[in-house]
Amino acid sequence: MAKKKSLKHQDKSEPEIQAAVSHQPPPPSSGSLAQSSAVTVAVPGATTATAAPEPPRNPPVGMALEFEKPILKLERQIYDLVVMQEQRGVDYTPEIQQLRENLTALIRKTYQNLSPWEVVQVARHPARPQTRDYIDMIVKDFVELHGDRRFGDDRAVITGTGRIGGHKVMLIGHHKGRDTKEKIGCQFGCANPEGYRKALLKMQFAAKFGLPVVTLIDTAGAYPGIGSEERGVAEAIAVNLREMSSLPTPVVCIVIGEGGSGGALGIGVGDRTAMLQFAWYSVISPEGCSGILWKDSQNAPDAAAALKLTSEALKKLGVIDEIIKEPLGGAHRNPRAAADSLERFIDRTLRELRAIPLDTLLEQRYQRIRCLGTQTIAAG
Amino acid sequence: MTQVNSPHPGSPPTAVMRVSQPRKNVDVPDGLWLRCPTCTQIIYRKDMEKALNTCPNCDHHFRLSAKARIALTVDAGAFEEMDRNLVSCDPIEFTARKSYRQQLLDASKGGKAKDALISGCGFIKGRPVILAVMDFDFLAGSMGAVVGEKITRAIERATQEHLPLVIISCSGGARMQESAISLMQMAKTSSALSRLHKRGGLYISVLADPTTGGTTASFAMLGDLIFAEPKAMIGFAGPRTIANTIRTELPEGFQRAEFLLQKGFVDRIVPRSELRSQIARAIDYCSR
Ligand SMILES: [Zn+2]
Repeated sequence: MAKKKSLKHQDKSEPEIQAAVSHQPPPPSSGSLAQSSAVTVAVPGATTATAAPEPPRNPPVGMALEFEKPILKLERQIYDLVVMQEQRGVDYTPEIQQLRENLTALIRKTYQNLSPWEVVQVARHPARPQTRDYIDMIVKDFVELHGDRRFGDDRAVITGTGRIGGHKVMLIGHHKGRDTKEKIGCQFGCANPEGYRKALLKMQFAAKFGLPVVTLIDTAGAYPGIGSEERGVAEAIAVNLREMSSLPTPVVCIVIGEGGSGGALGIGVGDRTAMLQFAWYSVISPEGCSGILWKDSQNAPDAAAALKLTSEALKKLGVIDEIIKEPLGGAHRNPRAAADSLERFIDRTLRELRAIPLDTLLEQRYQRIRCLGTQTIAAG
Repeated sequence: MTQVNSPHPGSPPTAVMRVSQPRKNVDVPDGLWLRCPTCTQIIYRKDMEKALNTCPNCDHHFRLSAKARIALTVDAGAFEEMDRNLVSCDPIEFTARKSYRQQLLDASKGGKAKDALISGCGFIKGRPVILAVMDFDFLAGSMGAVVGEKITRAIERATQEHLPLVIISCSGGARMQESAISLMQMAKTSSALSRLHKRGGLYISVLADPTTGGTTASFAMLGDLIFAEPKAMIGFAGPRTIANTIRTELPEGFQRAEFLLQKGFVDRIVPRSELRSQIARAIDYCSR
C-alpha cells in the first residue's frame, strides 16, 4: 500500500525518471511486471540517477520498435555516462542532465507524431502492460473465477471479483500472456467461445449482486479455429452483445491494447467505452484489411491509416467516449503510471454511473448504442 | 407502382417496390442454359427459375439478389419498402486501391440498390411480417451504418407494432470501409433485438449462402428460430484464415448449414421451396 501511495505522488514528474530504464526485456511471467517495473519507481524527490539502480539491459532483438531506436540509443548513451561516472569518479552531472532533457524532448516529439501503424506497434509492444498486470497494480483482493460451466475455462479471458478505487467490481479482461508458455496457454489473447460465455456468466453473476462490470479489451480477435466454430463463437459473441446491452448493472469497457473486431466487441458493450491513448480498435486488423483490399499484407501501414483505428480518430467519430492518457512514451515505458490513469478513470466513471438510477442507466445505454453511426448516413 | 395493401394503416408507406419474378442474378450467366456448379449438369434456365433458383437436378441453391429473394418470399402483390433512401456518407473517407466513395457509386450505378439491404413489410401466406433481406450483390452484402440502421429500424418497428420479424442474411460480414462504425452496428442491431426479445416479439433468422463475420456474430445468430438454406456457408472466421492459423485441412462440410445443424446452432435446414410455409407455420405457433 505504502509503495503504491508513493507511486501516485511521483507520477506527475515521471518522464525523465522512467525513460532511463524503460528498455527492459519483458518480464519472465505475467504478474511479475509490476514487480520488475518497481525498479523504475523512485521515492519522491529522488534524483533521476538513483531511479536506475540496476543497469538497464539491452532489449532482445526484435523488441525495439523501429521508430523507438533513436530513443533507445539516447537512453544507452545516458546509461553509459552514468556507469562511467561511477567507475571513474568523474562528475558528468551537467552532461547527463542535458542528455536527459534531450531524451524527454525526443520521446515527446516521437510520440506526438506517431503514425497509425506506429500506434498499432505500441499497442502490441511486448512490454506493454496486460490485463494481469493491471489486476496486480490496481485491483485489490482479486479473486479469479474460472470456467463457463459448459465446456471449459478459457485462459484468454480472465474473470474475477476485486476492488478498484472505492468499488467492488467484476473484472473481465482478455489476457495475451507474457512468456511463451503463458502465451500458448491463453492463445495470445484470442478467445474461444467458452471465453465469451465465461465472461457472460460472470457478468450475470455481477448484475445479480449489484457489482459493476469493468472489461479490459486486448485481443487481436476471437480465435479462428475448428473448435471455435464448432462451438459457435459467432453465437457466443452475438449473445454477449445482446445481453451486455441490457445487463442491469453499470458496465465500463476499456481497450487497453488491441481492439480487434468482434472478438473485442464481445466484451465491449456498455455504458462507457474508453481507450488507452495508444490502443487501437477496428473492425479488422491492418494486416487483414491489407490482405483483402490490397491483395497482400504489405500494405498494413496504409490499411492502419485508412481504418482510422486510433483513439483520437475514434473519439472524433463518437465511437468511444474517452481517451485515457498514457505516460510519456507509452504504457510500456511506465506501466505504473498507465495503471494509475486507468484506475482514476474507472473510479471516476463508476462513481458517475452508480449515481444514475438503473432504468435511466439502461435507457441511456440503449440510446448511446442506438446512435452509433447514425450521423454517418443520409437520405440520398 | 403497385397499390400497397399496408398491414399498418397508421404508417405511411415510404416506398413501393414492384414485386415480380426475378430475371437475373449474379451467379447465373445469361442465356437459355447454364451449368450447375454442384452437379455440373447443364440445366434449362426456365426450369431453374421455376424451381425458385435452385438446380432441378441436385437442389443446388443459387444465390439470389435481395429483390429476387423478396419476390420469392412475400405474397405476390405488394411489398412496402422502408428506409430505401438511406446512403452512407463515407464516415472515415476510406481509400484503399479504390475509394469507398467510388465503390458505393459503382455498386449503386443505374438506379440499383443504395446499400446492401432491403427492408419493409409485406405478407407471407397472408401473415403480416417485417422483412429485411441482405443483398450480396452490393459490396458482398457487408454491414455498414446503413445496413445497421435499416435492420435496427426494422427491429424497432417489429417491436412497436408486434409484428413477426424475418431477416434473411447473405453477407460477408461487417463492412471494412466503415471500420469501427461497422463494428458498432453489431452492438446496435443486437441491442435492438434485446428489446424485441424482452417484449416477446418473434424473430426468425434465415441464413443464406454465405453468412459470415460480424453478421453471423450479431443479429443472424440471435433468432428465436434460425433457419438455414441447404449447404449455405455459415461461420465467423473465414475458412482460409482458420486453415492458415491451425495449418491443417478443414473437415469435409465445415461451416456448412448441415455442419451447424449437427453442432446445434441451427434449428432447421429449410429448402427454399419450403421457406414460406415454414415461416407461416412458425408465426402461427408463436402468436398468442
Ligand atoms: Zn445441380
